[in-house]
Amino acid sequence: MTSRLPRLLLSGATFTLLLATGLQHPAHGEGTTVAFVGADILPIDGDPISDGVLIVRDGTIVAVGPSSEVQVPADADIRSATGKVIMPGLVDTHSHVGGGGGGDRSAPIQAGVRVYDSIDVRSAGFDRARAGGLTTINVMPGSGHLMSGQTVYLKLRDGNTIDDLTIVGEDGWIAGGMKMANGTNSRRDPPFPGTRGKSAALARAHYLQALEYQKKVAAAVDDPDKAPERDLDMEAMLEVLSGRRVVHHHTHRHDDILTVLRLQKEFGFRLVLQHVSEGWKVADEIAAAGVPASVIVIDSPGGKLEARDLAFETGAILDEAGVLVGFHTDDWITDSRLFLRSAALAVRGGMSRESALYAMTMAGAKILDLDDRIGSLTPGKDADFIVLSGDPLSVYTHVEETWIDGRSVFDRSRPEDRLIAVGGFGAGDPRHAHVTCFDDTEEGR
Amino acid sequence: MRALTTLDPSLGGRLTRNLAILITPLAILLVASIATPLAAETMAGGTVAIRGETVYPVSGEPITDGIVLIEDGKISAVGPASEVVVPDGIRVLQGAVVLPGLIDAHSVVGLAGYLNQSGDQDQLETSAAVQPELRAIDAFDARAPLITWLRDFGVTTLHTGHGPGTVVSGQTMIVKTRGDTVEEATLVPRAMLAVTLGEGATSEDGKSPGNRSKVAAMLRAELLAADAYRKKIHESQWSKKDEKPDPPSRDLKLETLAAVLDGELPMLITAQRHQDIMTALRLREEFGFQLVLDGGADAHLLLEEIKAAGISVITHPPMMRAWGEMENMTMEAAAILDRASIPIAFQSGFESYVPKTRVVLFEAAIANAYGLGTERTLHALTLGAAEILGIADRVGSLEVGKDGDVAIYDGDPFEYTTHCTYTVIEGAVVSEGERSLSAAAIAADGR
Repeated sequence: MTSRLPRLLLSGATFTLLLATGLQHPAHGEGTTVAFVGADILPIDGDPISDGVLIVRDGTIVAVGPSSEVQVPADADIRSATGKVIMPGLVDTHSHVGGGGGGDRSAPIQAGVRVYDSIDVRSAGFDRARAGGLTTINVMPGSGHLMSGQTVYLKLRDGNTIDDLTIVGEDGWIAGGMKMANGTNSRRDPPFPGTRGKSAALARAHYLQALEYQKKVAAAVDDPDKAPERDLDMEAMLEVLSGRRVVHHHTHRHDDILTVLRLQKEFGFRLVLQHVSEGWKVADEIAAAGVPASVIVIDSPGGKLEARDLAFETGAILDEAGVLVGFHTDDWITDSRLFLRSAALAVRGGMSRESALYAMTMAGAKILDLDDRIGSLTPGKDADFIVLSGDPLSVYTHVEETWIDGRSVFDRSRPEDRLIAVGGFGAGDPRHAHVTCFDDTEEGR
Repeated sequence: MRALTTLDPSLGGRLTRNLAILITPLAILLVASIATPLAAETMAGGTVAIRGETVYPVSGEPITDGIVLIEDGKISAVGPASEVVVPDGIRVLQGAVVLPGLIDAHSVVGLAGYLNQSGDQDQLETSAAVQPELRAIDAFDARAPLITWLRDFGVTTLHTGHGPGTVVSGQTMIVKTRGDTVEEATLVPRAMLAVTLGEGATSEDGKSPGNRSKVAAMLRAELLAADAYRKKIHESQWSKKDEKPDPPSRDLKLETLAAVLDGELPMLITAQRHQDIMTALRLREEFGFQLVLDGGADAHLLLEEIKAAGISVITHPPMMRAWGEMENMTMEAAAILDRASIPIAFQSGFESYVPKTRVVLFEAAIANAYGLGTERTLHALTLGAAEILGIADRVGSLEVGKDGDVAIYDGDPFEYTTHCTYTVIEGAVVSEGERSLSAAAIAADGR
C-alpha cells in the first residue's frame, strides 16, 4: 500500500540491484516459506489453537497447528507472533469500494452491465479495506434498480488493474454475482416501478424472458443457425438460471424478503439475501428456504423506511434458526476498516462468538462459492489471513497485518499504511456517494 | 411535575454565568419583550441506589464496590459500599460499571426523525441561508424513537436542535432523554446558535451562498446588522436627548443575533476544513462572540491556533465517513486535541441517511481505542461535555447535589460486546437493557 510511484521506483531499484548482484530473492509468495510462530490461531475449521504455528508457502497454507506439533522448516522466514491473534482474512459479501457503477437511470433491469468495467482499484477505499483485514470482497453495482448488473468478487491483492484482483475460473469466467433489489430501493418514476407489486411483476417478466432465451439456446445446441442473437442481458441471465451466477438481493422489510423467496422458488436461481434488516421477523421462512443471509449492522434504525426495524439481534436470530449468516460493510455505508465491529455488535445482540467469526470468514466464502479456496486456515487453501493485536471482537484490537496469497498487503507498522488505517492529512478519498447504496432521494428511502 | 419553573430561552443554563448581561438595558428589554416560550417542567425525581463493582464519579477517582444513592432525583451520596448507608426499602440496581449519564454534545435527534421522510426532518430549513430565529423547542419531538434508542445505551443528556447545512440554521437546546413533552425533556431551551462554514453551508442550485467566502461575508453582514439593531435599542432607552428615538420594531432574527453579540448565546460553528476553522476564529476575533467549534475534521492541523483561542471542540464522530470535507479526518482526533489540552466532547453528529443517528458511546469507544484512553474518554463523554455546554452544575459527574443521571453496564462500557443494563435519569429507571427497538421490543410493540 505504498503510493504507486515510490513503489515502482523501488521495484526498479530493487530489480537493478538484483541484476547487479546476481542475487535472486523472490518476493514472499513464490518459493519462500513464512512461518508465524506463537500466535493464538483461530482456524475457523477447527478449535482455537494457543501458541500456534501457521506456515505458508507459494501463496498457500501449508500447515496450521500447535507449536508442539508443527515442524517449522529450517529455511522458513520465522515471524514471532506471540500475543497476536491470527485468523482467516475477512470476507465482505457486499461492498462498493472502488466507485464502481452499475446500471444507469435508463431502465430498472440491466443485467448486462458489469461493475467489473468501472472499478478504480487505486482508490483509497481498497487500501482501507485491506487495513480492515478484508481479503475477499463482493463489489456490487450501485442500488436503485430491480437488477442493477453483475457483481464481481475480488481478492484484495495489491494490483494495478482490476484483472490483478479478479478471481478467474479455469474457463476464464470472472467470478461474480447478480445484484437485485426490491422494497423502496428500486421505486421511482417510470420506467422504474412505482409499487412493490409492479416491482415483482417486472422482475418475474424478466425471468420469463430469460427462460424463453434459454429454450432458444438449448434448441440451437445441435444447430448453431438457430441460435438467438447475442444479448448481453440474456447471457447474464442464463448464468443466473444455471446457478453459476448467484443473485445478491438487497431486501430489508419482512414482506419484501418473502417476495424475494417467492421469486426464487418460482425460478430456482441461487440466492443470497442482502441487508435483511427485518430478517429476524421471518427467520423460520428464510431457514426453510435454505437461503443464506448477509446482514448489515447499522448503529441506529431508520434512515429510510425499510430499515426502521433493524436490530442488533438479527444475526443471532437468523443463526439460531439455522440460516447461513454472513456480514457485509456495504462500504461506504459502514467503514471497511471497522468491519470486525459488525461481528462484535452481533455478539452484543446475542450471537455466539463462534458463529460471528464463522460469519466473517467461512460463511462469507460459502456465500461467494469460494469456500474451497478461502474462509478458513486449512492447509491447501489460499494464504489469506490477518494478524490482530488481540481478540478480534474487542474495540481495542487493531488489524496489524493483512496477507493475501502469501503476500503482505497491509502492515500497520508502515507509516503509509498506518495513515490509511487511522486517517489524517493525505488519507483522503475522492470517492463519490452516488455510486453506492446511498440514495438520498425521498423515493429511495 | 413537582414544580413549574418558567424559563426564558434567552437565559437558559447561562443564567448564572452571565449575570452581568442581565443588568444591561438590552437584556432587560429582551427579557421583557420576548414572550415566554416554554415552561420547562421539572419531572418528579426518583429514589434509587446503584451499586457497582466500579463506580466512576469522573469528578474523582474510581470507587471499587461503590454506591451511588439518589434521593428525589438528586445524588445524595457517593462512596464505597462500606460507607454509604442505603435506606431500607429502596430499589438497588447492580452492575459492573457505573458511569454518570452520557452526554451527546451535538445531535439532531428529536428534530431529525428516523424515518427520514421530508415530513419528519425538521433539523434543516433551506428556504433561507440565515434563520437564527428558528427555535429548537418548536420542533423537538420528545417521543422520537431515536431518543429511546440512544437512552438505552446510557445517553441521558442531548444537545440537539437545528443541524449543520445552512449559514445559520437555527437554535439548539439541551434535553434529558426522557419526558413525553418538550417541556418535560428540556434542560436548556436555547443553548447555542447553529452556524456552518465551508462547503456544508453552500447552496447547490445556484442560490447564495455559492462558495465559502460568500458564506463568511453573509454571516458578517448579518452580525453587523444585528450590532446596528442593538445600538438602536440602546439609544431608545439611554439617549440623553430630550426626545428619545423610538425603539426599532422587534425582529426575531436580529434579536437572536444580538444575543450572540452580547456574549449570551454561544455560536456553535460547524467547520471541517482548516480554512473554515480559521474563518471561525477570525469572526470570533472581529465580533467577540462565544465560540464552540463543531466537527473540526482538520482541527488536528491547527492545534496552536485553537489552543490560543481558548475554545472548545465538539469533535466529529471518529466513525464519520472520510470523504469530501472530512477527507483528512483522523480517528485519533480526540486524542490529539486532548493531548494539546483543548477541551473536547463527543457528538453523534448529523447523518442524512443511515445510521440516522450515531451513538456517542460507540464513537467515544473508537476514540478511546485510537489513543484517548479510558479516563480521558470518560471525561469527554460526561463532565467535559457538561462544562462545554454550561450545564456542569446539573450533570456530568456523580457528585452529591447533581442530578441522579446514571448509566450502568455489565462490563467495560466501551467494549463492543458489553451491554448497558440500566439508564437512570433523575433517579427514575428509564431503561432496563438495550431492548428498545431491538427485535424483542419491536415484536412486543406488535409492529
